Amino acid sequence: MEGLSKSDANLIVYVHPSQSKNVDKAILRELSSLLFKYSQAFDGVVLAYSVDPQDKCARILSGVHPYFGVRLRANLLIFSPKPNMLLEGKVVKITRESIHCIVLGFSSAIITDENIRNELKYKAKHGEGVYVSRYHKRHVIKVGAVIRFEVKSLDEEILHISGSLIPANTGSVHWLDKYFVDAATDSNKETKTEEEMEMQEQITVGGEMLSFVNDHEIKKSKKRRRAEDQ
Amino acid sequence: MGVELTHQYTEYIAMEDQEEVEEDVSITDWDLVYHVRDALLSVKTGDRSSYHQLVGVLHHRDRSAPDKVALLLTSLKALSGAVSYINDVDHVSLLQSIFGMSMWNCVPDVMDALLELIICLAASNGKYVDLCLDMLVNNFMPPMESDMLRHPRGQAKRDQVLPRVHTGLEVIVDLVPLAALKLSTTVVQKRPMFFRKDFNMDRLKCRMEIYLKNMLMLEGSAIREFVGNSMLVEVVNMMLELDVAIGWDELLRDDPSKGIFIMELEDEEEEADDDGQANDGELPSTLTLRNLGKNVTADLLDSLMIQFLEHLEACAEKKRLSEVFETLLSSFMATILNTYKSKFSQFTIFYACALDPENCGVKFAQTLVDLFISTCNPPVTRMSAVAYLSSYLARGKFLSAAFVMNMLKRLVDWCLRYCEEQDSDMNPKAHKVFYSACQGIMYVLCFHMKSIMNVPTLKSQLLLMPIEPILKHKLGPLEVCLPSIVNEFLKQAKAAHLFTISKAFIFEDLLESDLSRDFGGLERLDMFFPFDPCLLKKCDRGFIRPHFIYWNHVKTTYDDDEEDSSDEDIADDFGVLNEENFMEEGMARSFDQDIDLDEFDYVMNKMSITPKNTSGFHFGGQRMPSKIRPSTSPESL
Repeated sequence: MEGLSKSDANLIVYVHPSQSKNVDKAILRELSSLLFKYSQAFDGVVLAYSVDPQDKCARILSGVHPYFGVRLRANLLIFSPKPNMLLEGKVVKITRESIHCIVLGFSSAIITDENIRNELKYKAKHGEGVYVSRYHKRHVIKVGAVIRFEVKSLDEEILHISGSLIPANTGSVHWLDKYFVDAATDSNKETKTEEEMEMQEQITVGGEMLSFVNDHEIKKSKKRRRAEDQ
Repeated sequence: MGVELTHQYTEYIAMEDQEEVEEDVSITDWDLVYHVRDALLSVKTGDRSSYHQLVGVLHHRDRSAPDKVALLLTSLKALSGAVSYINDVDHVSLLQSIFGMSMWNCVPDVMDALLELIICLAASNGKYVDLCLDMLVNNFMPPMESDMLRHPRGQAKRDQVLPRVHTGLEVIVDLVPLAALKLSTTVVQKRPMFFRKDFNMDRLKCRMEIYLKNMLMLEGSAIREFVGNSMLVEVVNMMLELDVAIGWDELLRDDPSKGIFIMELEDEEEEADDDGQANDGELPSTLTLRNLGKNVTADLLDSLMIQFLEHLEACAEKKRLSEVFETLLSSFMATILNTYKSKFSQFTIFYACALDPENCGVKFAQTLVDLFISTCNPPVTRMSAVAYLSSYLARGKFLSAAFVMNMLKRLVDWCLRYCEEQDSDMNPKAHKVFYSACQGIMYVLCFHMKSIMNVPTLKSQLLLMPIEPILKHKLGPLEVCLPSIVNEFLKQAKAAHLFTISKAFIFEDLLESDLSRDFGGLERLDMFFPFDPCLLKKCDRGFIRPHFIYWNHVKTTYDDDEEDSSDEDIADDFGVLNEENFMEEGMARSFDQDIDLDEFDYVMNKMSITPKNTSGFHFGGQRMPSKIRPSTSPESL
């Protein structure tokens, strides 16, 4: 899955004087307030952190409340979905009009019917909606399944993602992992992966962000792996 | 197009009426969704007629006509399928009408369709999550102008609406997990305020009651993991807010010479009545309790407390009291503990302790002791903590004597250490924390000395406790603490052969001394006994009373030595008191004429620990300052 990165940050946490008796706790509380909220500074959502204080001394801000600034070095795990990234999410609801899923357990995503490729067709089975591929009978998306989709846009305030299942390398992760390699040999698909690969490269080279690869990642072509190794 | 649309709707409804048995129906749900989508899309191109028609349907106020209801239902269902076409720029009026609808005005089918639409909207776009939550939270209560909760019909409606609203919230949180964070804030912000003069009090009361019910429902729901804590904290805040709004002045307005102490006696009498036969009619009509009962705020607080205590009971039954207690305790520490004039809210935690004495009860006391001993806390907090602790240990019927001893031991150990470190003379202001601890120890022992003495192991523990060196230290706690408590304690200590004091205290009959006032500070923590009998009638009778120790149930150590049992004293005392206060009512009461006023004063002193000092019993007399109110500080604050 893309969109996850690790980041080393130099931070100064300003601690209220009333918290001075337990500075460690105050720092953790301050950092916890970053969690699961979009932060402009990090251009993403902080999912986890580990800190170690840099200095035993803190700088005191003069003023009505003498806040003191503690310097920290923090290791942050940041989730920053951007358009065209591929994300994975667990499907929680399927209707004729949309597929709803949850990414990383906290961010919700919707894929509306106009963003679902025609290959995937809605069917009501035993009162429950599923999407089935017209070409591959085993490619089924149902509630509880994990799907891979492309990001179209993101509402930063509540971390609501609008996604798309138009690209061919999207759909049920279970099916993609098993069968998509063969399908990817089609010339049509190859250009897609080619594009994706370039994008991936840009991300790795462009910033400090590291691409996050998990076990469920699509098997990559050798070429692409080479590109990443560089 | 608009006309066409309506036409098709009606056709659809007709079709629905036939239960969709016909195979050759021309319009399906899906077609309808497309029509609505077209209507929404056409707004962009400038054709708003069908859109307006749609908005118009949502505004139909006539809920009695079946065709109108069916049209509304169909439109809502079709809108659910077209939510991704709604945008907040072109369809403002549509969104306004959807969010402005109240489920309380709908029939169940429409409620379901509306709920489905709200869920779809919330899941379709991050922008609508807040609005959807707002809308559902607004549905916690019937519309502002409605009086329906007072009628049976309203109650039935409530049972239809609330489960749906809560299911809706749960589904939204499932679909949009971060909505849970917003939900807590929304619920807190939308809480009705009681102090709005422009509102009908009764209606406001109903609204607050039902809002609390909703908050507790959220606390018990599947999403309590996310919102439960903030709900509990807010419920406590809500009660505290009402609590501090009830001034003692209000309670005592009718007759300042009657106070909390009289209350306790009446309470006892009532209890006796309850045990035998219910004869409320015989109760004197000028009860302070009655005065409190007339107070709308107190009445509301009473009913809110009952709801909350019932909720705690339900939690205990589901074996999740300890989880709730954690939050309750931290909210207690954060708010109630340092609230000046908190009179009733603390009974929530008292009751939680009573429901699970082994865990919650023990934890509460231990937390208070820790809070008291830790030097990081400000003196006021430590004094409050020890006041709560002593009052709790004294009044909790569910606490074992061994546990009480255990807690006392920690206090005594701390006091002893303090004495060893100090070499100065008496100074009520400088050593107020110490004095409050000493007073606490004595207060608890007044209630429990007899029961401790009855258990040989505890008795030996008590005798070994270095209470004497502490109390005889030159810091002079016996002179600084409330004379009434000191006297009672010394009397019991003497009878129990704990120790004797030869020095005669000049304040023998005083209710309080200047010194005690000094160490109590402006907050009057010297006479703060938070768990004095609860004045909220229903709450006290139904929940607190079985777990509560009243002073006149306490067996003192000197009981055995005296000819008359204290019960008799108390019975006499009741007589005198009632006679004195209610003579003008023509209430015939039997009492012992032989008790003269001095003796009576003595009995009073003996019995009342907090109340007496504050009851204004001697109001108008030479000794009792008239402005002091029970368990709180002077009203000048």
